[in-house]
Amino acid sequence: MKLPALNNKSERPAELNRREFFKSGAAVASVTLAPGVTLMAFGGEASANADPGKRWGMLIDVNKCSTDCNACVTACSEENGWKLDGNPETDPQWIRKIDLKHKETGREASLPMMCQHCETPPCVDVCPTGASFKRVDGIVLVDKHICIGCRYCMMACPFKARSFVHEEIEDQKSNAPRGKGTVESCTLCVHRVDAGRVPACVESCSATGNGAMMFGDLNDPNSEIAQALKNYPSMGLRDDLRVNPGVRYTNL
Amino acid sequence: MKRLVTTLLVLIGLSTGAAMAGSTYPDIPKAVGAPHPEGNDYMRLNHMRLLRHDRNLTVHDGDRSIKYSIKECVACHAVMGPDALPISVQEKGHFCRNCHEFAAVKIDCFQCHNSKPEDGFIDLLKQNPPATDDEIQAYLDGMSQ
Repeated sequence: MKLPALNNKSERPAELNRREFFKSGAAVASVTLAPGVTLMAFGGEASANADPGKRWGMLIDVNKCSTDCNACVTACSEENGWKLDGNPETDPQWIRKIDLKHKETGREASLPMMCQHCETPPCVDVCPTGASFKRVDGIVLVDKHICIGCRYCMMACPFKARSFVHEEIEDQKSNAPRGKGTVESCTLCVHRVDAGRVPACVESCSATGNGAMMFGDLNDPNSEIAQALKNYPSMGLRDDLRVNPGVRYTNL
Repeated sequence: MKRLVTTLLVLIGLSTGAAMAGSTYPDIPKAVGAPHPEGNDYMRLNHMRLLRHDRNLTVHDGDRSIKYSIKECVACHAVMGPDALPISVQEKGHFCRNCHEFAAVKIDCFQCHNSKPEDGFIDLLKQNPPATDDEIQAYLDGMSQ
């Protein structure tokens, strides 16, 4: 284990907290406490796919999203293996289409609604077990291994983007494990993103020719999405809550 | 006293031997692909620790190049049913179920995870002539990519 060099014995490095201590080592650092007892620290960042320099996000052009198109929802259902059971109270809420009508002007709009992958996610704040978490690259997920199904996150989410699995499930997609007693939501197709692909909804939206959804790294100033956000007005839903969603809408 | 202890030891030895040789010992279905380099004895004792360690790396850090994933367990250890398709853990004879029933240990994995391999791997298993170890390994390597 490599420790930052100290100038003299009384001086402590000012910013060395536990996190940085672990980060200062290699990908795998180990300390032998006693014979046969080894403390292993896996400082993920070096080998992991989730890149702390990135923030994955999405831009949805509401003008290009048509009311009668459901391609993103179908693609998500296909990719992640969820089905609507016809009961709106218990249906999975990975992604849904919402139709809006302006009361005064009569303008109608349609948009896909899913986990907004907030920068400061309220669902993570309230989770009592740490199951609801944000990856370093901004994707908000549920670790179903430690989710106890308390559903606090569902209450906290301003977008109703999470749902609870009420029934036993069989034949899940191997990339999207989901089961009774846990909360689930859009994963931004994390298995695809880790493999360098785009989420299923975005892919299907391009395939229909509407091209209303754009996916990319918000932190990279040269990415298509960052350029679009820089040049055109857009908004995050419920901007008043200051959760800074990673999913943004334009022409809404 | 010494005689009593010896008798007891012999009795215990005999009964254990009988149980091992009897029909109650689980039948362990053969897997496809290369064997675990750690050896089967190590895997029998430690598979759950390996899985638990690596699942956290994948879920939280997005590390997809991990060594132990349940997707790969159920792929190589698939057991074919009468319809020549892999059976699920609900059915008797599933690889995981065989030993877990014997050891009376409940498996929680399959409440969320599929106990059957993904479609691409099933196609590989049905291939004629059978897929070679190299082909299987290539598929497993590409599984998360």
